[in-house]
Amino acid sequence: MAEAVLQDHGHSPDARAALAVPADTHQAQPIKLYLVVWGWLFVLSTGSYLVDYFGLQGYLRWSLIIAFMMLKAGLIVAVFMHMAWERLALAYAIIVPPVLVLVFVAIMVLESDHTLWTRLTFFAGS
Amino acid sequence: MAETTLTNTHMAQARPQGWRGIAADWSSDQRAFKNVSWGKAMMWIFLLSDTFIFGCFLLSYMTARMSTTVPWPNPSEVFALQIGGSDIPLILIAIMTFVLISSSGTMAMAVNFGYRHARRKTAILMLLTAVLGATFVGMQAFEWTKLIREGVRPWGNPWGAEQFGSSFFMITGFHGTHVTIGVIFLIIIARKVLRGDYDVGRRGFFTSRRGSYENVEIMGLYWHFVDLVWVFIFAFFYLW
Repeated sequence: MAEAVLQDHGHSPDARAALAVPADTHQAQPIKLYLVVWGWLFVLSTGSYLVDYFGLQGYLRWSLIIAFMMLKAGLIVAVFMHMAWERLALAYAIIVPPVLVLVFVAIMVLESDHTLWTRLTFFAGS
Repeated sequence: MAETTLTNTHMAQARPQGWRGIAADWSSDQRAFKNVSWGKAMMWIFLLSDTFIFGCFLLSYMTARMSTTVPWPNPSEVFALQIGGSDIPLILIAIMTFVLISSSGTMAMAVNFGYRHARRKTAILMLLTAVLGATFVGMQAFEWTKLIREGVRPWGNPWGAEQFGSSFFMITGFHGTHVTIGVIFLIIIARKVLRGDYDVGRRGFFTSRRGSYENVEIMGLYWHFVDLVWVFIFAFFYLW
């Protein structure tokens, strides 16, 4: 939905003009685009709130939370922060490094599993 | 403006796109971010570093929660509010989320009107953003007060794992500080817009460079980032 709006208005002559004039980062998207994204963010937030309201549990809960979170984050970065209209050199320089945090996440998952195991093994008696 | 004239000759022909575009933009002796001013690039790089700060906070929270043998307090119940005689789970946090998203919406429109040089509309939308941001901080102060009255401390709480309090105060406290700083700067920039500083290119207080309506967009980047961080805190701390 939002994709379609981007396609229609994103690569207008303005975007091409921005290439020719480096200092000018002027962007003129229609206000309607922001209202549509705003509406979607409300819908997605309501969705993630309802996950808790209806008390969904287990993998369904976690996958829904992650899905709503990533969609919201994507909309904010792409449209509100204008990343969709920046050159790939900037987009990749900013977006790729945070993905590497996932490596850190993997390390800490192993570490906390180990800590939990030692606590259960050596302190369970007390 | 000097940079513009220097790079203009290179920019005459269209630059390659895709992977070739990345390689060409990053290679040899030139500006990597072709059509992005230094102010905007520096804000993006600051936000990248801030991402790592909040990333480490959420990671430490994950580690504490995964490694404790004591059950984690259920956020759905901890953050419930009694409205009309029944407990509604997480309602205050949901309202805070909607307030912050709305402030992001008004900010995005302020940036748009800024580039159209609509002075009054830009300033009014920015001030509206600041009001919504202040509302968010106010609700957070209410939430902190409620939890502290119920006995939540960084070293313990009535419901379960002791690390709950320290994670909560550190993560939401740091985020609330970011929102507060954002509100202050929104008011400063809105005043400059209203005074017409960006129409005449008056020199700024900090860098003494000439301001332009791009400053509104740079302010917007920071504000949307604060909203973005809340998306992750909402998902991992309140919903998980």
